[in-house]
Amino acid sequence: MSHLIIVPVVLPALMAAFLVLAARHDMVLQRVLSASSAVLLLACALFLYGLAAEGQPVPYLLGDWPAPFGIVLVLDRLSALMLVLTGILGVAVALFAMTGRDTGGRHFHALLQFQLMGINGAFLTGDLFNLFVFFEVLLIASYGLMLHGGGPRRLGAGLHYVIVNLVGSTLFLFAVGMIYAVTGTLNMADLAIAASQVAPGDAALLRAGGGLLLTVFAIKAALVPFHWWLRGTYSAAPAPVAALFAIMTKVGAYSIIRVFTLIFGAGAGDAAWLAAPWILPAALVTLVLGTIGLLASRTLFDLAAFSIVASMGTLLIAVGLFTPEAMTAALYYLIHSTFTGAALFMVGGIVATGRGETGDRLVAAAPFPRDQLVAGLFFLAAIAMAGMPPLSGFLGKLLILESAKDGPLMSWIWAIVLGTSLLMLVGFGRAGSVLFWKSAAVAGDGSRPVAGTGNALPLIATTTVIAGTALLALLAGPATAELDRTTQQIFDPTGYVRAVLGDEAAMQIAER
Amino acid sequence: MEFLVASAIGILTATGVYLLLRGRTFPVVVGLSFLTYGVNVFLFAMGRLTLDAPPIIDEAAASYTDPLPQALVLTAIVISFGMTALLVVLALRGYLERGSDRVALGAAEEGAET
Repeated sequence: MSHLIIVPVVLPALMAAFLVLAARHDMVLQRVLSASSAVLLLACALFLYGLAAEGQPVPYLLGDWPAPFGIVLVLDRLSALMLVLTGILGVAVALFAMTGRDTGGRHFHALLQFQLMGINGAFLTGDLFNLFVFFEVLLIASYGLMLHGGGPRRLGAGLHYVIVNLVGSTLFLFAVGMIYAVTGTLNMADLAIAASQVAPGDAALLRAGGGLLLTVFAIKAALVPFHWWLRGTYSAAPAPVAALFAIMTKVGAYSIIRVFTLIFGAGAGDAAWLAAPWILPAALVTLVLGTIGLLASRTLFDLAAFSIVASMGTLLIAVGLFTPEAMTAALYYLIHSTFTGAALFMVGGIVATGRGETGDRLVAAAPFPRDQLVAGLFFLAAIAMAGMPPLSGFLGKLLILESAKDGPLMSWIWAIVLGTSLLMLVGFGRAGSVLFWKSAAVAGDGSRPVAGTGNALPLIATTTVIAGTALLALLAGPATAELDRTTQQIFDPTGYVRAVLGDEAAMQIAER
Repeated sequence: MEFLVASAIGILTATGVYLLLRGRTFPVVVGLSFLTYGVNVFLFAMGRLTLDAPPIIDEAAASYTDPLPQALVLTAIVISFGMTALLVVLALRGYLERGSDRVALGAAEEGAET
């Protein structure tokens, strides 16, 4: 049992407390500690990925209480992949925020660490109730981060965000209650077995619980009809926070993948593939609505927020097919859309700071220092998001289309994915040409001294994230081979159950 | 007793949902509190309703009540209490800064009519 598995949860928790208690008044110390903690988390995540890549899921029993009675963390390929993704994004955001974007309030870095703790915990936990607890941890931190800096607009949007998520949490508790009432357990591996043994009279209750869970995860993942909160929240949040939130919607997607393949997967009897009929149509509508929003956006942040909605639609189309092929495509697209979404918000932040009063509104304004480099970054992020070659968005969409080829709704999926790609291209093209080409014609000395623009760190952070998508495209072959193995693990719960509950329980699963 | 508990959960939840759909922050905060009360009782009842039975091992006990829901409810109460406090502060800040206690975005800018 490797104790490193608990590090992604404990390290940021301790660091956050230390930042609040000891480094409160020293911004430089805060930044150094926060960034080094983020780097350590990434290193740890990479090591854990190596551990998970050896084949079998690795359980971590807290206090060595035997599962399913104690709290258990489970490291498998999927959770390790998400940890690495969080690690990379954490480092990029910490760097991005360092140049004055973290001074709007006192505790930016402490909240950032708590946020990372919640996200990592949600990816690692092997227990439904702890998933709820880690959801709360990451949400509480995100409330603080979202409101960082204050202002009426942010407060209004923040209130929405908090209320929507509190309702979501309440639904989560109802779902957990219902599932516990009929199965008597909340351990995910145990639930995988118990779901098939529910008494016929209780089967409807289990399905209702599963449906409620899907609703909760759909709120997190911004799936139609629960996507309305996203645009207001993301476009009102500070740039580095919005960039970090790119992984938050993926927590919802991860939870859907985890719960609806492990617990409500093939072996769940009456409740098998519970989510399948709902996700695909909802995801198609999400993609369409996201694209319409993108075309109607009047600020760069709105544009980025709606492109996140659209990318969640694309991602969940692949998830909703629930075939191994499509799951590989979904995971590939998940990595891609996290990087690209974050990059768009970072570019938005740089533009908004650079242009001063005009901010991120899509109107022509005087050029700002280094705007050509920023324009290049925007261009790259935009073609990645719209799905143009050569970046990973193109390959991701190609994989999804390929995997939908023989499935139901094939013509709908192809038409909508391809059509929205074209519309997204129009939206991004319009925004980019107004922001950078028309602005170039506006008279201005291009050297207005604006705080935070002189520093190269935000540009470096943005470039890193975009380099991630480029790397993903370059190494698409090995990456998909690796993700294929992850998918195999997802669709074979036996290994997961054996790791947590031992051989006997795994036999029960395998016999079905 | 089952009927009493079940209808209590139903009424609490219905009240909560109704208040939640109002457009001002105060009813929304109260509505969320009702909703969390509802869910707390619901969680408590999910381990079945047992009278006069201990939750921890006792040699004299003939039967036990399920201790796990009680632990879960504690966690849920702590979290919802903290969230309500945060929401109250947020609503107050929002009212002071935006000059309106309407929940809808953009409503604050349209002024404080009515």
